[in-house]
Amino acid sequence: MNSTNDEKVNLTAEYHSYMTDAITHSVMLDRDKCKGCTNCIKHCPTEAIRVRDGHARIENKRCIDCGECIRACQYKAKKAIYDRFEDFADYKYKIALPAPSLYGQFEEVNDLDAMLSALVELGFDDVFEVARAAEMVSEYTRKYLERNDSLPSPVISSACPVIVRLISIRYPLLLDNILPVMPPIEVAARVARKEALEKHPELSDEDICVLFISPCPAKASYVKNPLGVKKSAVSGVLSIGEMFFKMRAAMKTMREEKVQAQSGIIGISWAGTSGEASALFNEKYLAADGIENVIKVLDEIDNGNIRNLDFVELNACNGGCVGGVLNVENPYIAKARLQTLRRYLPVSLNRMGDQRLDSYEWDSLPEPEPVSKLSDDRHEAMRMMREIVAITHTLPGIDCGSCGAPTCRALAEDIVKGRAVADDCVFMMRDKLLKQCASLTQTEEKGETT
Amino acid sequence: MLAACFTKTDCPEVVCSMADFVRLEYDIDGENFTSAGEASVKVKRSLRQMGFDPETIRKVSVSMYEGEINMVIHADGGKATVDIYDDRIVIVLADRGPGIPDIDLAMQAGYSTAPDNIRSLGFGAGMGLPNMAKYTDEMKIESEVGVGTTVTMVVKV
Repeated sequence: MNSTNDEKVNLTAEYHSYMTDAITHSVMLDRDKCKGCTNCIKHCPTEAIRVRDGHARIENKRCIDCGECIRACQYKAKKAIYDRFEDFADYKYKIALPAPSLYGQFEEVNDLDAMLSALVELGFDDVFEVARAAEMVSEYTRKYLERNDSLPSPVISSACPVIVRLISIRYPLLLDNILPVMPPIEVAARVARKEALEKHPELSDEDICVLFISPCPAKASYVKNPLGVKKSAVSGVLSIGEMFFKMRAAMKTMREEKVQAQSGIIGISWAGTSGEASALFNEKYLAADGIENVIKVLDEIDNGNIRNLDFVELNACNGGCVGGVLNVENPYIAKARLQTLRRYLPVSLNRMGDQRLDSYEWDSLPEPEPVSKLSDDRHEAMRMMREIVAITHTLPGIDCGSCGAPTCRALAEDIVKGRAVADDCVFMMRDKLLKQCASLTQTEEKGETT
Repeated sequence: MLAACFTKTDCPEVVCSMADFVRLEYDIDGENFTSAGEASVKVKRSLRQMGFDPETIRKVSVSMYEGEINMVIHADGGKATVDIYDDRIVIVLADRGPGIPDIDLAMQAGYSTAPDNIRSLGFGAGMGLPNMAKYTDEMKIESEVGVGTTVTMVVKV
């Protein structure tokens, strides 16, 4: 059953072992398609990609799975890794966890029940909407903000795994600000498992597989390397793009609707920017989307420049989860469609009730990961920094990317780390060659005059 | 009028061989208000790479940010020099702006001479200099009206 998975893992290992690291990422390179251009290195927000020997390589420990390189690659050489439904055929009981953004993908369908029933038609035994768990997390957040006066301000959403990883590698002081509750995907998986075991006492936990239908590869990485919990209750991550076509076909042939949607406006709104924040009924929030914008906001929070805010919602993708790379529809069209879909729904249909959300708080805070640190020894790090500054001054400073590093500064860092040489810079190389030519000509001229 | 005197020879920090510290230098562009604060982000990044603790990094970046904003608002920009030693970080912000006539007054929380258009952006609360003093272990202001201002801040590690 796992043969395809193993294959994928091996591919990942092959292309991503630039730095040995325990993290398994969900973006891989198709070497045959990669032309060695520099589009992806320019778009990577953590400068994790280098082009070496004509192909892109991702530095494992720096990658935050944002998917920007997948968007940037015009040759479609960067691919998201996700699971396939067929790989889970052996499980006795299969539960689908559709992301709220899935609802916005279908042009002709305005019936949530039909979409969810299509999943059952395709072979799932049950469906648990992540939007339901999102409503529970919203309720938890409202209570969390009320009960704690001494919270580090502002509280930052924990829903987007890219953001949590970004904070752990770049903003260690803000780790305390993160809402310490599991993201809706994790809450959904746990509640769904619990409900399934209650409904079917004959099942054991190992018989159940919970598959998230995801808008982004970052969720696949989250499941492999969970944040805040030891092990994720999600068994696998399927792509919205792949399920979309199957679901559309199933809806055409389906005779009856077997599942009823159980989420309200709040849960569905989580699919787009400010959906999570506006559900707090507190206007003191900020919602930012798009990884570059998010980084600017985090820099401001880190500097203490954003005051009087209770909550900050950050989404790595433009438009929020509807902007994830595994979706089929344009994010803004999907968002508009969701506005229509949620129109006559109740505000919220899911309350914590006896689902005590305290039991869905994180086991532990994510650890800071200072991946950019040059050396554990301060003096050595300072020596390296001196060299980096000196080398950067000698480089042309136009950040052309021809050397395979995104900026001249990044090349200087690579040189000091022993991963590149000054001759990788085409301008340095040209100057060197010109000088050599000049000295050759001089020698020749001397030879002629004598 | 020389409001406060502070010459380099008074400062033991600079009596140090070149090999012992890292110098980062930035031109702060006074023409472009939207880029104000960028140098402090770069310094923060470099300090992270050298493995300084997050608290120290925050002190340096907040105090430098405030100083950078001041230079852009009041002095058409200037020059920032950050010398990083393993036990302290020395930030020197030098401008050729109008100078500060009364430093004690300028240091008072809430005192501001920022123009209205800057205030409408949320700046000009009169907390710049007080914050710089608060986040650093030492701060000295050298200023002469009509000549310029040099602010030197030390954050101990």
